[in-house]
Amino acid sequence: MNSVPQAPGSFSGGFAWAMARDLRLAWRHPDEAVLTVAFFVLVASLFPLGIGAEPQLLQRIGPGVIWVGALLAAFLALPGLFAADYADGSLEQMTLSPHPALGWAGGKIAAHWIVSGLPLTLLSPLIGLQYGLTPDTLLVQALSLAIGTPVLSLLGGACAALALGARGGGMLLALLALPLFVPVLIFGAGAAEAQATGLSPAPHLSLLAAALIAALVGLPWAVGAAVRIAVD
Amino acid sequence: MTGKHRSGTPDVLQVRDLACRRGPALLFSGLGFEVAGGELLCVRGPNGCGKTTLLRCVTGLTRPDEGTILWHGEPSHVDPERMRAGMAYAGHLPSLKDDLTAEENLEFSLRLRGAATTPGERREALAAVGLDKRRRIPSRRLSAGQRRRIGLARLALDPAELWILDEPLTALDDAGQALFTELLDRHLAAGGLALAATHHRLAPASGVVRELRLA
Amino acid sequence: MNWFYFSSPSTFYGLAGRLAPWCFVSAAVLAAWGLYLGLLVAPTDAQQGEVYRVIFIHVPTAWMSMFLYFIMACYCGLTLVFNTRLSAMMARAIAPTGAMFTFVALWTGSFWGRPTWGTYWVWDARLTSELVLLFLYFGYIALANAFEDPRRGDRAAALLALIGVVNLPIIYFSVQWWNTLHQGSSVNFKGTSMHVTMLTGMLVMSFAAWMYAIGAALVRVRSIILERERRTQWVRELKAA
Repeated sequence: MNSVPQAPGSFSGGFAWAMARDLRLAWRHPDEAVLTVAFFVLVASLFPLGIGAEPQLLQRIGPGVIWVGALLAAFLALPGLFAADYADGSLEQMTLSPHPALGWAGGKIAAHWIVSGLPLTLLSPLIGLQYGLTPDTLLVQALSLAIGTPVLSLLGGACAALALGARGGGMLLALLALPLFVPVLIFGAGAAEAQATGLSPAPHLSLLAAALIAALVGLPWAVGAAVRIAVD
Repeated sequence: MTGKHRSGTPDVLQVRDLACRRGPALLFSGLGFEVAGGELLCVRGPNGCGKTTLLRCVTGLTRPDEGTILWHGEPSHVDPERMRAGMAYAGHLPSLKDDLTAEENLEFSLRLRGAATTPGERREALAAVGLDKRRRIPSRRLSAGQRRRIGLARLALDPAELWILDEPLTALDDAGQALFTELLDRHLAAGGLALAATHHRLAPASGVVRELRLA
Repeated sequence: MNWFYFSSPSTFYGLAGRLAPWCFVSAAVLAAWGLYLGLLVAPTDAQQGEVYRVIFIHVPTAWMSMFLYFIMACYCGLTLVFNTRLSAMMARAIAPTGAMFTFVALWTGSFWGRPTWGTYWVWDARLTSELVLLFLYFGYIALANAFEDPRRGDRAAALLALIGVVNLPIIYFSVQWWNTLHQGSSVNFKGTSMHVTMLTGMLVMSFAAWMYAIGAALVRVRSIILERERRTQWVRELKAA
């Protein structure tokens, strides 16, 4: 038998591992994902009640409100991303696994997006109907969320990993993550708004897609580095 | 001795000139030792002397202020993944998911270690540590000792050559301690090596047991 | 010469102490000269009248807010790659000054916006991205101080600062990329669209801001060094002396 085992770790191994485990955990406790969605629906329903239900006004603010609601819902789901793994030592084992950090960090974030960002995206047309958005605006809205919420998950994941073990918990995370969410919000809401006012949403969507590519390239690495700092 | 972990260099793990400070306090400096295949090195010392920090420095979790760790003669920072593949770390934290069953916990931790095991092997390992009947219930309903036993099953199936163990006997009853000693014995007999911080006396039947005393 | 001589906190402590007063003196002299040029010598602007004179504060502080973030991010990169102690302390020392300049830039900008645009604040790309910069500074400071172990705070905050660097080009190019209310740059490499005295005044004020930033960072880094190294021999000797 050979003396040193050949490195059994791989990107795909780590990715599949993290995704399978986190999805199974989420499946055991679906209440968290349901709460995220419920929060989103509630926030989006509060605006017509607070501002007034005038159809034209609702059509005007709809895209922005839905995006802000999705952003806050995605933010509220963040603390759970790494906190439990940090507390029970799983993060230590992940850092010490032969799989590269890029793999399991990416897998964890992908699972997190499937549980938080994806339901919001799928639900957004329903909320949009409440605001009287036209079908093509609904479509652009869902598309912008589909591109934008992964960026939120990636950015938020990096911030959540950085804030592990820090004093000030949730407020600190808000201070770190929300400013970074701003560009995503601007382009995301901008796309649907452009569509609603008869302009092309393409520039906003391409900027959003560029942000997604940049985030996919850089942020899993940053998450790995942040976790490494956290378990030190 | 014929084991699965035989290797060319006698000293598989070499630690040279290690120094670590926590905040302003210097925990240790100029620390060096070697561990060869079939050897168990017990780190001893009073509480707070830096045993856990020393183990974490060797694993690579904590970055030491000075010093190098050689794995099979090669500095561990050159190819950290190679060392990680050959090293299993059992720290204070259980790294178990309360919502997963003993079986699932074992499966996921072994997959994370890159170890390919079959359900049959895993079931056997759980049976060996006395969890055969409880392998399908969520880990949150297991006692502290039973949870530690999942850790023992994990060690038994982990192909790692080096075990790094932080207080491995905590929360284990007499039978559990005997189980652990037996596992350790088998590991050392197969040419594996171990580094353990413990207040207990570990006496495996085979292998060389040495001590490192931290002031 | 040993380039790493001053990278040890104890030697840098002395150097910083000797340099800081000179920085402050030159900052004061340059600021006095710049304000004299800007407020008394420079002619009234044909379109904007006297209001434009706020640029002698606004533009230098806005430049410095971005430049300091860049410098801070460079120190943060050094911290993460080489694990050097002094670079982390320098980054921490720069952050409050950077936040201050960002705040002043936003504040003077809104004073200028009121008479010119008719409003204190608009949500255009440059203002928004500058506001995000302010929050990045706040986030950096909060994260750096959120840990029991200062080294841990150093490294976590350093990574955050590096992620935030993406914001810098957005601020800088925002007036070109988006058709915004904020006017385009009056100074560029092809020449300027402004009167020579105006330009001189602005540049002098920029150097003043620069000198102040260096001085403030050096004073702050000295106190950080003392705090971190309080158990070491050289700080005890310093205290005894």
